[in-house]
Formats: sequence, C-alpha cells, structure tokens
Amino acid sequence: MIDFTPTEEQRMICESVAAYARDAVRPRARDADEEGTIPGDVVGTGWELGLLQSVIPEAYGGFGSQRSAVTGTLVAEELAYGDLAVALHLLAPRLLAQPVIDYGSTRQKERYLPRFTANGLYPATAAVMEPRIDFDLAGLATMARKDAKGWVLSGRKCFVPLGSRAETFLVYAATDPSGGYSAVQGFFVDRGMPGLTIGERERNMGLRALDTVELTLDGCHVPVENRLGEEAGCDFERIMDASRLALGGLAVGVARSAYDYARQYAKERRAFGRAIAQNQAIAFMLAEMAIEIDAVRLLVWEAAWKFDQGQRVLRESYLAKRYAADMVLKITDNAVQVLGGHGYIRDYPVEMWLRNARGFASFEGLAIV
Amino acid sequence: MIEFKLSNAVERMQQITHAVAEGMMRPISREYDEREHEKPWDFIRTMWNVSKDNPIGGKRSKGGNGAAAAAAEAEGEAADGNEHNERNLGMCVSVEELSWGDAGLYLSIPNAGLGGAAVNAAGTAEQRHRFLDRFKEGDPKWAAMAITESGCGSDSAAIQTTAVRDGDSWILNGEKIFCTSGLMAGQESKGFVVVWATVDKAAGRAGIKAFIVDAGTPGMKVTKVEKKLGIRASDTASLVFTDCRIPLTNILGSPDVPKTSEGFKGVMATFDATRPLVAASAIGVARAALDFVKDELCKGEFSLRYGVAPTKLTAIERDIMDMETQLHAARLLTWRAAAMLDEGQRNNLEASMAKAKAGLVVTQVTQKAVELLGPLGYSRNCLVEKWMRDAKINDIFEGTQQINMLIVARRILGYSRQELP
Repeated sequence: MIDFTPTEEQRMICESVAAYARDAVRPRARDADEEGTIPGDVVGTGWELGLLQSVIPEAYGGFGSQRSAVTGTLVAEELAYGDLAVALHLLAPRLLAQPVIDYGSTRQKERYLPRFTANGLYPATAAVMEPRIDFDLAGLATMARKDAKGWVLSGRKCFVPLGSRAETFLVYAATDPSGGYSAVQGFFVDRGMPGLTIGERERNMGLRALDTVELTLDGCHVPVENRLGEEAGCDFERIMDASRLALGGLAVGVARSAYDYARQYAKERRAFGRAIAQNQAIAFMLAEMAIEIDAVRLLVWEAAWKFDQGQRVLRESYLAKRYAADMVLKITDNAVQVLGGHGYIRDYPVEMWLRNARGFASFEGLAIV
Repeated sequence: MIEFKLSNAVERMQQITHAVAEGMMRPISREYDEREHEKPWDFIRTMWNVSKDNPIGGKRSKGGNGAAAAAAEAEGEAADGNEHNERNLGMCVSVEELSWGDAGLYLSIPNAGLGGAAVNAAGTAEQRHRFLDRFKEGDPKWAAMAITESGCGSDSAAIQTTAVRDGDSWILNGEKIFCTSGLMAGQESKGFVVVWATVDKAAGRAGIKAFIVDAGTPGMKVTKVEKKLGIRASDTASLVFTDCRIPLTNILGSPDVPKTSEGFKGVMATFDATRPLVAASAIGVARAALDFVKDELCKGEFSLRYGVAPTKLTAIERDIMDMETQLHAARLLTWRAAAMLDEGQRNNLEASMAKAKAGLVVTQVTQKAVELLGPLGYSRNCLVEKWMRDAKINDIFEGTQQINMLIVARRILGYSRQELP
C-alpha cells in the first residue's frame, strides 16, 4: 500500500522529541553556537528521551525495540528542528552503537552495548570524513593493512563528532584503495591507543556548538577482534545508506525551522502598509519552501521504508541526500533573504541555520538512523 | 503506517496501461502529432470498448471522477467495505503510464473526462444518471469543461458568458476558448460540455454557475480548433453560445444552486481531484524523455555512479540524477495528493503542491532531455522534441504553475484571496 501517515507510536515519539526540541533546545541554541558548547543539561534531557537505548537489545540493557529507519528519519527531523548541533551531538553515540547491533560479534556487543544503557550519554563516535578535497566514501584514503598482530591503520579523519571526549572511535578505513564501498571496514580504536592522535577542536563555519576533531592514525595497531564484525566484517555501503537517510531527515528539520521562522516573520513584518508576505514575490518564496520540504521528506521516507524492507538503497539514499543538501541550502538562504537585513544579524537564528545548512553537501557519516 | 508499496491491484493496472502505452500509443505517436486535427479512430474505438467496461482506475469506487465509476455507484455497486479505496492513486499510476505512451493520445481517449468529473463532484444523483450513464454504452463519447474565455483564464470570476432564466430554461450566451476535447464533446459525439457562466455579473464569483449542455444543442457551435505547440492529438476548441437554450435542471447541482455559492465551490473542488491527474500525466511524459536519454547514453560507456563523491560526478551524471530525483519527488507529491483524496481528506493544498511542482519539473526535465541528446533531441525523427512540446501544457492547464503557487501560498499563510491577491 501507499500510505503517508506515521503510526501512532511514531507520532508519540515525534511529539516528545518535538517538545524537547522546542522547549529545551531551541531557546539555548544561539548561546550554544556563540559559546561553542552545548550545555550539559540540554544533552542530559535529550539523552533521557531514550532514542538510542530503545533499540539496544534487552540482553544488553536496552528496550529491544525494532530498529526503524523511517522512525529514525522522523526523529532526526524533529531534533534538527530544534538545533542541528544538538541533534548531531545526541546522535553521535549511535554511530558506534548501531553498527555494533547490526554487524558486531557477540564479543563486541557484550563489550560496547551496555555502555550506552548506563546513566548519561556515553561518548562514542565514528570517524568517516577525511580532510581532503577529493574525499570520497567510495575511495577512502585511510587505509587498513593486515599484519601478524592485527590491523594497522593509517590516515587522517576529520569532522569526528564528540571527538574531544569520545572514549571509543569507530574508524572506517579501506583495505583496498580502489575497492569501493565493499573494501571499507570499521575498526574500534580506543582513546589512548598508540598511533592515534586526537587533534584540536575544529573550527567550523557552522555547528559551532558541536565538538568535532581531526584524528591522525599513524601506523595505529588494533587487534583483530577490533574489526567491526570481526571475521564477517560489515556492510559499509548499508551503514552509509543509513547515514544518508539520517542526514536527509536532519536537512528537512533544518529547512523546516528556517521556513517556519521566515513565514512567521513575513506575516508580521510590514512594509508599504501591508505584511511583506502579502507580496507575491515573498509569498511564492515561502510556497516553494513548503513544496520543496515536503518533496524531500517524501523521498527520504521512501528510501527509509525501502531500507527497512531490507532493500539496497544506495541509489535512493544517495539521491535523496543530494537533493536534501541542495534544498536545505536554498531554503535557509531564502529565509535569510525574507528577513532582509535582520536575516544577516546574529540576534536572529536564520544566519546560523544557513551556516549549518551549508555543511550538508559535504557531510557524510555524521549520524545514522 | 508510512509505506511505499503499490497494491497488487494498482500494479496490475500499471502493467496493463503500460502495455497499452507501448503497444498502441507509441507506434502512432508521431503520426498523430504531425496529422494535427485528425483523430486516431482505431485507437479511440479500441480504448472505448475496453474502458467502458473497465474504467481506468478500476471498478471499485466510491465517488471519484470517472463516469463508469459513478454509473457503477448508481447501480449500487458500492465499494467493498474491506477494500482499501485507492481509486485516485490508481488513476494517477495509470495516467502516468498512458502519458508515457503519448500525452495527446491519452487526452483524446473517449471518456467523461473533466466534464464528467464536475458532474460527479457537484451534480445531483439525477444528473449523474442522466449524463454519465451514456459512457457505458453505444459509440465513443467525450465530456468537456468550458471555463476559459478570451478575456479570462485563471480569473474565472471575470467570466462574461451569461445564463439567463427563461421559464423552464436557461439561455446561454457567450464564447469559450481552450476547451479540451470541446470538439468531440460538443459536436462529434453524444457527450456534453459543462459550461461556466454568470447568472449575476454584479455578484462576481458568487454569480458563477456551471451548466451542462448536451452535444448538439442548438445555439452551441464549435467555431475553432486550435493549432498547438503540443498534445496535437487532442482537440482544443472554441465554443460559441448564441441563445443556447437548455433545461432548467441542467444547472449543475441542486435547484437551489442559483441562490448560493455552492455551485462554484463544488466545481472548483473537482480540481482537487484532477490536478493530481494532470501532475501524473506530466510525470509520464517526462519519464518517457528521461528513459529515452538514459537508454541512449547507456549504449555507450556511460554509467551513473550512485554513491561516489558529488565532486566526482560528471556534468551529465549530475543532470540525469537531478532529473531522476526531481521527477520522483514530483511523483511522490502527486501520489500523496491522490492518496489523501482516497482517504476522504481535503487535499486542496497538496494537489496544488503536486501540480505546481510537476508542471515545473517536467518542463525542465524534457527541455534538458532535448539538450542532452544533441541533434538527436532536436530531430523530429525522435520523440523527445515532441515530449518537450507535450510536457509544457501541464505547466499551464488546470491552473498554471503560478496559480497553483498562489493557492499554496494562500493556504500556508492562512490568507484569503483579498489578503493575497
């Protein structure tokens, strides 16, 4: 069947996430951006939503709910509607936990999953992106070489969320430089391991509240059992599909926040004796935003639904994420435009959303559903 | 539950209509584009014989806008309560396939069309019976809707055609243009035309009512069949009404309609059902063009590298991926608008969103297809140039892209027509 209505359960989850985003996140987002840090209580309240805990199997202390990519995109949208930096901070531990649930050996599940169900957000993350102009998921430059003792990792990673405090990193590296997605494997690298250097906090255009770092892996040795899935390995393409779906949902959330703000502003701001929204030039910009947001959301939902059906969605997730990245930039830019001079001023949130939105074209592997 | 699987019934319809498109429409597509104003009678008769028994969109129906469906309903063949109603969605899927075959031929298929949609949406049971039953029997028939005049299109409140009561009759006077299938509905078959006219010019929109004029009614005359950019297999007619006398009961809706604004609203509501169909037709044309481009490209070394870094894509890959994405986004918006209607929800906003997006997207996609194919795209030896011409109508009829944007804007802003003119 073709159906566009979330389930009752999904609606309830979205409502609680939306309430958190509205009441706890949005009022603090600007200060967080200026100060470069997210207040602990904002993270704490967000963690208590139990978004990650719910999908961890009961055997490891979670609630054992079935993982749903559709629900994941819905949640991503609501979180990002509050603030993208907070959303990525809260979702970062899942970058390690979800692949462990999906591909981890029993030993790896026992080792890592209980950490996420104890009190408070456990700082873990994944390292996907690389600081070079030709960064390509289908051809990572970070290499993993097997030797007698295990695996040797070499390369540089960047934009690793929660990197300053993460205890464990899931580092993705290629075993063959021309092997595409299938040659990429994940490796657990703990803070303090020889050969791992955690760089300074990165200084980015947007997402200033989000802690991201560069990692340098210089002949970093990890034991064989630190390979995600051990002998069986993982399906990097599918992990990245889940990432593209999350990024798509997040982009929709950012776009919707900018659209809502601009629409409200345009109805209140008066010029020449009427609200500026009463001019078709402005009204049509807003109408286009509304249409584009819905268009992208439906593409993301469909790809997520297919993912949940077990289908390969490289094409669908890739196209949806690509469109989402274009769309969110255009919408946030237009939101700044609707506000005119005020849009450029940091007293208003829209310039921050534009800076955040610009990243989506480059972002990969920053969150997964 | 969010779900994107076409039901088996809709998938079957998709297969059948695709077979029609490929086997019956594509082979005569170019011919009836070149021979404008000639009718593909073999195709028309075949489609009539098939569709009067098996209406596009299936028989299971509650309301909806197909004539045969309405007739079935009148006979008491109500929808199976356990069966999910997916009539509008099914129509969208079918119309996309038929338009993939040929949009002009699709529009020339004999059926109750837009006129029937209006009767079904706003007519009384007696009117549905009197005007729609005929679409189940006899020779091929068409029904049309005449709104546009030389001085007004989207601004239907400015209609100048008049309807004046005279005893047991209405008398119509005026001229209509751009009436799709007007020739077939008004003159060449035993169909009918739904004509918008004012009963009170001073009342503005409230004075606009719809009237059903049987084909061949004295005083109604087809004066011109337009020569067009595309969809040439479909006739677009001018109709002149000179003291055209119709029965009092031919005012669309209840006899009280003249005193209320009901008639106008009712007919406007048919657009909520037909805009997704226009969007679906648009998507079919653009998909034809996109399929063709991809097939041609893939004869060479070309492949689409989904998943590589965006910076590594070639310009052509980017173009094709944009086309695919935009087209499918328009399709999902269209399906949503149709599914809402099937669920009995108001879809005025969503229908306009789909129509506005689809009209724009198919225009861009087909124009880009001509460009990407180079000399092949521009040549009349291929159908791509035709698809570009055909596609453009979808950006215009059933409300231009701009009118639909205006509807979306008013709705999202909560503005009236006066607040956002």
